[in-house]
Amino acid sequence: MTNQEALVNYCLRLADNNLILGHRLSELSGKGPFLEEDIATTNIALDLIGQASSLLQYAAEVEGKGRTEDDLAFLRGEREFYNTLLAEQENKDFAVTIARQFLTDAFDYFFYDELKKSADARLAALAEKSHKEITYHLRHTSKWMERLGEGTEESHRRIQDAVDNLWRFTGELFEMNEVDEILLKEKIAVDLNVVKIQWDKLVAEVFANSGISIPENVFMQRGSREGKHTEKLGYLLAEMQHLHRAFPGVQW
Amino acid sequence: MELQTDHINQLLGQIPDPEIPVISIVELGVVRGVSMEGDKVIVTITPTYSGCPAMRTIEMDIFNKLKDEGFEHIEIRTVQSPAWTTDWMAEEAKEKLRAYGIAPPNEHINQRVRSILSDEVTHVQCPHCASWNTHLTSQFGSTACKALYKCDDCLEPFDYFKCI
Repeated sequence: MTNQEALVNYCLRLADNNLILGHRLSELSGKGPFLEEDIATTNIALDLIGQASSLLQYAAEVEGKGRTEDDLAFLRGEREFYNTLLAEQENKDFAVTIARQFLTDAFDYFFYDELKKSADARLAALAEKSHKEITYHLRHTSKWMERLGEGTEESHRRIQDAVDNLWRFTGELFEMNEVDEILLKEKIAVDLNVVKIQWDKLVAEVFANSGISIPENVFMQRGSREGKHTEKLGYLLAEMQHLHRAFPGVQW
Repeated sequence: MELQTDHINQLLGQIPDPEIPVISIVELGVVRGVSMEGDKVIVTITPTYSGCPAMRTIEMDIFNKLKDEGFEHIEIRTVQSPAWTTDWMAEEAKEKLRAYGIAPPNEHINQRVRSILSDEVTHVQCPHCASWNTHLTSQFGSTACKALYKCDDCLEPFDYFKCI
């Protein structure tokens, strides 16, 4: 694998996480549990899709094969997506939406803080921008974790169930492969071991404040680094890519 | 040359922000620079938020304005760094926001010294009755850059242009 190929893959990984999770949240637009939350999830979706757009643009430039940001978003198949399994999980009830978002926000908060120091100036700039936005997302979702965990018996049961179900997808957040190895040498990538220490600490703190227990002895699912996904992604892509495939080259 | 960029800056100062039309895109701090390469005008802009849907409109507005003023070759470049901050907003712009019913961003407090999970430690003044007795309704508002507040004295809800 060349350095260039590694960088393209790295950008796709980051972009896909934001694009797929942003799309998931956008499914709630107009259907949020109440007005303020509808606006909040739509705002977060907008930030994530905006970040994905910049990252896809950069991936397309580095790749240099004449593909555009739209080609990358709408004309790749399921096995060519590198978003985490966590990002593609369905919204289900509000507790699942919030738990998925909180676990991701906590990761992104520390990840993008580290990426600001990247030797790749473009990624460092995108990280600086993204980190400011993620700070707001994390504050929002960590408060919800507390509210749901300490709320009623029903809300507590639901948020604990959500965490129990999603926990198996958190292991691969920190998985590193050849791409990371190559880019770590160049001081471009983030060492995910560093992120893991901070993530563990923050998640434990928020869970403790919320009366949520950390699941134990969970078998961790993996595969997204090689483009292997849960069955959820295919359905999402079918909807997200439909317009572009039905009307090739269509523009907003 | 300098005269010309000054002139262009002045023209850009007449373009209102598409979402908050009482302030211009220059006052908002979105325009980062104007330069000339031969007879080509290069305007550099930066987004307030990554997904700000107004960016396309802003680009179009700049393009049309300069075209109308007789410029033939126009290039608009978008930069991400340094990342936009509410600190770039001009003081006069903050007054205009207040008059329009949007509480302007407070002085930026260094985010690093605060706990990750706590809210901004700020008191926001109601743009309607000037009371400081207000509370946050939601961190997210009608556009990416605003939060929702409510005044506990005049009971009016209002937008707060949040610090970033």
